[in-house]
Amino acid sequence: MLEYILKRFGQSFLVLFIMSILVFVGVNLVGDPVEMLINPEADQAEVERVIRELGLDKPVSEQYWYFLTNALKGDLGSSFIYNEPALKLILQRMPATLELALFSLFISLIIAIPLGIYAGYKPDSKASKTIMAGSILGFSMPTFWVGIIFIMFFAVYLGWLPSTGRGEIGYFFGIESSLFTLNGLSHVFLPALNLALFKISSVIRLTRAGTREIILQDYITFARAKGISEKRIVLVHILKNILIPIVTVIGLEFGSLIAFSTVTETVFAWPGMGKLIIDSIYNLDRPVIVAYLMIIVTFFVFLNLAVDILYTFLDPRVRLKGAHQ
Amino acid sequence: MSSRDQNFKNFWRDFSVNKIAVFAFFVFLLILFVAIFAPLVSPTDPYDLNSVSIMNSRMPPMSEDFAGNLYVLGTDGAGRDMLSAIFYGLRVSLGVGVLSGIFALIIGSMFGISAAFFRGKYETIIMRIVDIQLSFPSILVALIILAAFGKGVEKTIIALILVQWAYYARTARASALVEINKEYIDSARCLAFSNTRIMFKHILPNCLAPLIVVGTLQTAHAISLEATLSFLGLGLPITEPSLGLLIGNGFEYMYSGDFWISIFPGIALLITVASINLVGDHLRDMFNPRLQ
Repeated sequence: MLEYILKRFGQSFLVLFIMSILVFVGVNLVGDPVEMLINPEADQAEVERVIRELGLDKPVSEQYWYFLTNALKGDLGSSFIYNEPALKLILQRMPATLELALFSLFISLIIAIPLGIYAGYKPDSKASKTIMAGSILGFSMPTFWVGIIFIMFFAVYLGWLPSTGRGEIGYFFGIESSLFTLNGLSHVFLPALNLALFKISSVIRLTRAGTREIILQDYITFARAKGISEKRIVLVHILKNILIPIVTVIGLEFGSLIAFSTVTETVFAWPGMGKLIIDSIYNLDRPVIVAYLMIIVTFFVFLNLAVDILYTFLDPRVRLKGAHQ
Repeated sequence: MSSRDQNFKNFWRDFSVNKIAVFAFFVFLLILFVAIFAPLVSPTDPYDLNSVSIMNSRMPPMSEDFAGNLYVLGTDGAGRDMLSAIFYGLRVSLGVGVLSGIFALIIGSMFGISAAFFRGKYETIIMRIVDIQLSFPSILVALIILAAFGKGVEKTIIALILVQWAYYARTARASALVEINKEYIDSARCLAFSNTRIMFKHILPNCLAPLIVVGTLQTAHAISLEATLSFLGLGLPITEPSLGLLIGNGFEYMYSGDFWISIFPGIALLITVASINLVGDHLRDMFNPRLQ
């Protein structure tokens, strides 16, 4: 197993290395690096200073080395707009995105798991068919459009919930988050529900498929033969077994929540990384774009690595496959 | 009756079991018709500057202007008839979605089938690239491409192709691996047919069923993704007003309560994507041997 984990580690670094080359090529060879990395409003002396500083007058291989070592030192350039290091800007906005993604993951699980189990437990009932039709609808609904409808209905028409911003931020054990204040919660609710919608559909389908498989197993028949109540069978026997695949998928789903939060954050003006990247693309703030891409790719590579390693603990077949390769 | 007619009859018999899917299929045909014949079925030409008047801007649904023209779904901020704008928008959205789907299908199945055919290092490299790409969410891949190259029609289509090809490659390889071990491929090899001929005339037609399933679901996904990217201002330019851009236009007027400008294009998008998804979902169940 150790061999498998080490191998996956090696692969992850290879992917990161390739991505860094792609980003470097994208910035330096496809476009004009001088135009891309230097503020368009800079004067000639400033342009020459930055060219020297970034090593743009050196050969390509040396430039890549420069880019890579700077990136490893955490220096991914400075934003034109905010005049601050790009890395710092992104890290400042990361907590807002993480809290939005976590809260919407929570919402999607508490809604989707009971519905999915029900739909798998009684697959032919009217309610189950409605749930499944609803999940296709949820799949098909464009996230940004649902966000707009939420704002129109809950914020503009009913006036119940605020539609923009993060609200008051509370502190708890040194972690700052708007989940700790009532005002903050009222701000996070609509965007989180919006972001959760797509996940709700996919988790319902996953839970239903798992339930339908488990319900045919011998141990469920055996539990019934022992006279265990149906309630206990659902809550203990089915739920417990269904959680294994769901928990592993959550890791990957969490990553896609962070990616899709760019859309939700833009609609609800949520001050997270996603809104920052969209704003930076509008403003052609290229150092921030490059930094965001590098950070998000690193994040995903390690998230996938973590999920794969988790799999080896949960599913022995993966372990064996790794050992035989 | 030829065997092709017979095949179609069998297919339709299986397909029509699910009434919802049949209904969705006809809804999709209707949408396709409206999209193709948009200039003929639209009440007005929303992009003809002579007929659009700013005096008519932001009129609620079912209102009439001074000339007595009825605007069933109201007008947008520039005074364009929403219904006509939606018909034209469907055209752009479906066009971009279907076009990128076809290209992705061709590229993806080419790589997938050749990977299954040649095996070895070539297969490993292709499938590793597929695995890595599929571990990133589609919107992130599209965002990376459009952030690097800027917006535009071709760039959006390229981004959508790059997002989708991996799904087709994976499906094509999986079903080609099954087909390759069958006897008709052995006999084709004995007849010394060229590799290309075996791959595309013998293997490909037998892998089409799963590819069509992936194709329908992916096209729905591509249409939705294009709308999202265009809404964010990263996809299509304003000269190609897709449904996503129409919704984005309405976003400005949201706080003033002019709901129709972004709600109706959204409903059109939802019906389009949902009808394709319902058909695709049923096709997947039909072709799934475990459920038969």
